Order: sequence, then C-alpha cells, then structure tokens
Amino acid sequence: MSENTNNNKEPLFSYKNKKLLSNPIGKNNPITIQVLGICSVLAVTVQLKPSFVLAIAVVSVMGLSNVIISLLRKTIPPRIRIIVQLTVIASLVIIVDQVLKAALYDVSRQLSIFVGLIITNCIIMGRLEGFALYNKPWPSFLDGIGNAAGYGAVLLAVGFIRELFGSGTIMNQQVVPAFLYEIGYENNGLFILPPMAMIAVGIMIWIQRYRDPELIDVS
Amino acid sequence: MKVIKNIRDKIRPHFAPGGKYEKLHRVWEAFDTFLFVPEKTTTGGSHIRDAVDLKRTMVYVIIALIPPLLVGIWNTGQQYYQAVGIDPTIQEAFVFGFMRVLPIIIVSYAAGLATEFLFAVIHNKEVNEGFLVSGMLVVLILPATMPLWMVAAANIFAVIIGKEIFGGTGMNVVNPALLSRAFILFGYPAYLSGEVYTYTKVQEGHQLVDGYSGVTPLSLVAEGQTEALPSDFNMFIGNMPGVIGETSFAAIMLGGLFLAITGVGSLRIMLSVFAGGIFMAGLFNILALNEYMMIPIHQHLLLGAFAFGAVYMATDPVTAAQTGKGKYIYGFMIGVITIIIRVVNPGFPGGVMIAILFMNVFAPLIDHYVVEANIKRRLKRLKHNQAILKK
Repeated sequence: MSENTNNNKEPLFSYKNKKLLSNPIGKNNPITIQVLGICSVLAVTVQLKPSFVLAIAVVSVMGLSNVIISLLRKTIPPRIRIIVQLTVIASLVIIVDQVLKAALYDVSRQLSIFVGLIITNCIIMGRLEGFALYNKPWPSFLDGIGNAAGYGAVLLAVGFIRELFGSGTIMNQQVVPAFLYEIGYENNGLFILPPMAMIAVGIMIWIQRYRDPELIDVS
Repeated sequence: MKVIKNIRDKIRPHFAPGGKYEKLHRVWEAFDTFLFVPEKTTTGGSHIRDAVDLKRTMVYVIIALIPPLLVGIWNTGQQYYQAVGIDPTIQEAFVFGFMRVLPIIIVSYAAGLATEFLFAVIHNKEVNEGFLVSGMLVVLILPATMPLWMVAAANIFAVIIGKEIFGGTGMNVVNPALLSRAFILFGYPAYLSGEVYTYTKVQEGHQLVDGYSGVTPLSLVAEGQTEALPSDFNMFIGNMPGVIGETSFAAIMLGGLFLAITGVGSLRIMLSVFAGGIFMAGLFNILALNEYMMIPIHQHLLLGAFAFGAVYMATDPVTAAQTGKGKYIYGFMIGVITIIIRVVNPGFPGGVMIAILFMNVFAPLIDHYVVEANIKRRLKRLKHNQAILKK
C-alpha cells in the first residue's frame, strides 16, 4: 500500500497502461512477433468456435493468474517461484475446464486436451516471469489481458480463414452459397490440415512485417 | 523480325523511367528481354557473358518438354476414345486431346504469370521467368479432368508460398510446380486419386463402354490387381490413363536426352533416381511379402510419373543438391522413397512428387555435409603432407 500513497496517483488508463494493453495485440504480438504458443494455434483452429472458446479461456486464465502472482510477488521465495506459478495457473485452468464441461460440453470435447494444455502455454509462463513478478496488480492484469487478446486475435483470424475455406462455414453456419458449389466450387481439404494453420500464421507474420518495416529484425 | 523491332523501338520510351507507363517498366523489360538479347553490358571485371542466360535456359527446358506434351495430348484423346469404345486415328485423338489440354495450359500460365508480374511490379524487381517452365510442368503433372479454377488457385498458391516469399526465382526451397500439385493433392484429393483421369463427360452420340473404370495402372497395382496392367509396350509409348505428361516413357527419355546433352538437366541426378528406384524395387522383389512387392523392376520404372519426376522434376537446378556427391545421394534417395511410398503407403498411389518435395527440403542439408566432409578430407591431407615435410 505504501507504494500507492508515495507515488503520484496514476490514472487507471494512463498512456503507459494503454500501451500494456495494445502493444501485445499489434507490435509485440506473442504469436506473430515472439512466436510463442504456436502449438495450440495449429491444433484448435480448424473451426472458429473452438478457437473462440479457447481464446476466451486463455484471456481469463491469463488475466487472473497475472493478478494473483502480482499480489503474491513479495511473498513468493524466488527459488520456488516457478512451481508457485504453475500451481496458480493449473488451479485456474481446472476451473476453466470444469466450467467448459458444464456449460459447453461439445466444445470442450472438441478442444479435448488443449484446455489442459493452457498450463503449458509458453505465453502465460512468460508473462508471469517477465512482468507479473515485478509489477503491481493493475498493470499486470492489463498486460495479461493484452497478451491473451493478442494471442486470441491470431487464433480467431486463423480459425476464420480455415473454417471458411476448409468447410465453407462460419461458426457452423453455411456461408459459402450453394450456387457456388453447383458451378464447381469445392472446399479445400488442405485448410482442414494443421500445416495450413502454419502457412496462415506465416502469411500474417509476412504481412505484418511488410507493413511495419521496423519489426523486421526483431526476432 | 524487323517489323517487331520497329514497333518495339516506337513504344519503348513510354515504359522508360519518366514515360507514360513507367510503373509497367518491369513488365516491358520482361517481354523485351524475352524477344531480344538483353542490352546490358558488363561494367567491370569479366567482359565475357554467355549468351545463354536464364531465359534461354528456360527455353531449353520448354523444348525438352515438347515430346511428353505432344504424346500427352494424343493420349488424352486416345483414352477418351477407348473409353467410349472407338478406335481413333492419331489425328482425331490429337485434336480431341488438344481441346482438353489447351485450356489448362492457358489457365496455368495466366494465373502463375499474373501473380509473378504483380509481385515484380509491386517490388519493382526484374520479372523472373522461372514460371515459364513451372507453368508447363504443372500442366504435365495434372490429369486432363482437372477443373480449371483449381489449376489457377494452385498456381497462385505455389507462386506466392513457394517462390515469392523466399525472394523469387532461384531462391525457392521446393519446386513450385510440385507445390501446386501438392496443393491440389491435399486440398482436393478426389481429383488426384488416380480414378478420374480420363475425360468421361461423354460427347453426343458416344457412350461409355460397359464396365469402364478408367483407373490408372498405379491405382490398379495398389489395389492388388497386378494382372490387369497394360502391356509393357503400351506403358512404354504412353497409351494408358494417367496425368497428361507422365504416361510416355519413350517421350520422356527423348526430352531427358536433350536436357542431358545441353547440360541443362543433371545427368547424375537422372541416373541416380533410376538407380534408387531399381535398388528399392529389387529389394522389395526379394522381400516379396505381397503382390505389389513382386511386380518386376522395369514395370516400376514405366508406371506412373517415375520417369517424368526423375527427368524433369528432380533435376530442377534450384531445388536439387548442388554438389557432385550430393546429387548422387539426392537422386538415389528420391528413387528409394518413391518406391517405398508406392508400395508401402496405402494413401497415395503415386509417390514421385512427394518424394521429390521431401528431398528438396533435404537438399541443402546434404550439400552441407558433403562440403564439410570435403573440408575435413583436405585438412587431413594437409596435415599429413606437413608431417611428411617436417620429417
């Protein structure tokens, strides 16, 4: 508490805090710039719905775990910090998993192991280690939400492309009109396969760096 | 020629920097250097330039592709007439095939070249004419029944993902023509399954022969019907269902001879692909666990696109291994993997194209180790010589 009273009170959405939220969505995107958390992008993006649900799950886990670790940051002994972080993430993931099973059983079946694997998502551990351990709860929360949103945005984009071209549907609704099929259009099976997710992410990385040349030598 | 040159001199200033169509300068340049010898002169260092530049090399490959293309066109008609139970003259078959194949060629070139020109104009780079060959190769490794929009989509995908991303012609890791086939193979597998290769939309007055299946010989063997194969002679001249360019062993050998004599295609790679195929087919003959393993070695070489891949695809100078020893390893492995995919993998009847794509990826690695080994050997020799001198 002493920290708060000593400093000039910072507004909740100061320039710095806004950057915490917006940077990971664009210029410092965990997937397209840091190339973390690729595994789930390849695995769950066949359709938009599971991608959407996983994105929400990661946002909630990441926001909360960042807050919790940030609150505990002065009491966690540095030697066992990793195991503490893991415990926090794991507990949150179990809660998310149970909620999914109760509310959206189909989707949780579809996501199968990838809800559990949120625990090993490199982005979450990375943000806890790199940010939440040294910052106050509110910025940590924003940072967590921002990074998860950056991750989720890519997930949604890839899910959208793959479902549109692979199955001709969006959110299980037929969007490619029937007359196109009649004149010979067909869904592309390549988009159902995981390699296409990688190509899609690669193209996103390409376009992003083409538009913003200062990103080119970052990684 | 004089007329063309006059026209060219007249419209040329429009495309020069500052002219009306300045932005299309690169497009102009591409056509100009295609028709006329480039006017660039060297400024420093060596002043001798070979007249055979990249464009002319590409033209050699196109010439080498003519025999399989002609036989392929004839065969497309021949297969159709066989399917409806008519014995056509060569001319009839050729005309029918020509009407089927020409649209595919046009679409293939239009889609691929448009993408390539677009990138050249955006980046203001010289247009690379690698697609001159790729566009024709794509046609020859697709069946005549391919929907045209798929050909276009596959070519656009292959040019962007296979070439432009890596920096254009000469920078690509995998063969763009094969990439566009792979795109169709995984995207629309029903069209490359080996069962719809004959054009069977029957014309008026024609009727399909009862019980006609039109399955390619490779699929036949994959299903275990080894006795239903066409005769060796038919397979040799190319009278069997298959993709447009792959069927005729004779025509491919003619093209291969031309490539080898002009030095455009590496004879080492061609021979070692065949060696690899013969080795693996022989090995399976010895194992002889099922009927597919027991088909004679020479039939393996006649079947499917084995010869076509060995002559035209594996020898692509950009994606193949560069070192002498590397070429042997690269080619041999292509042969071996092709036969393994054919015999062991139930998913795909043909394996050449996948094997070549696979080895394309490994080519730089092979080269690296060949070069390293060479350095080590020479270091060893140097040390040995020094030791002798000291004594």
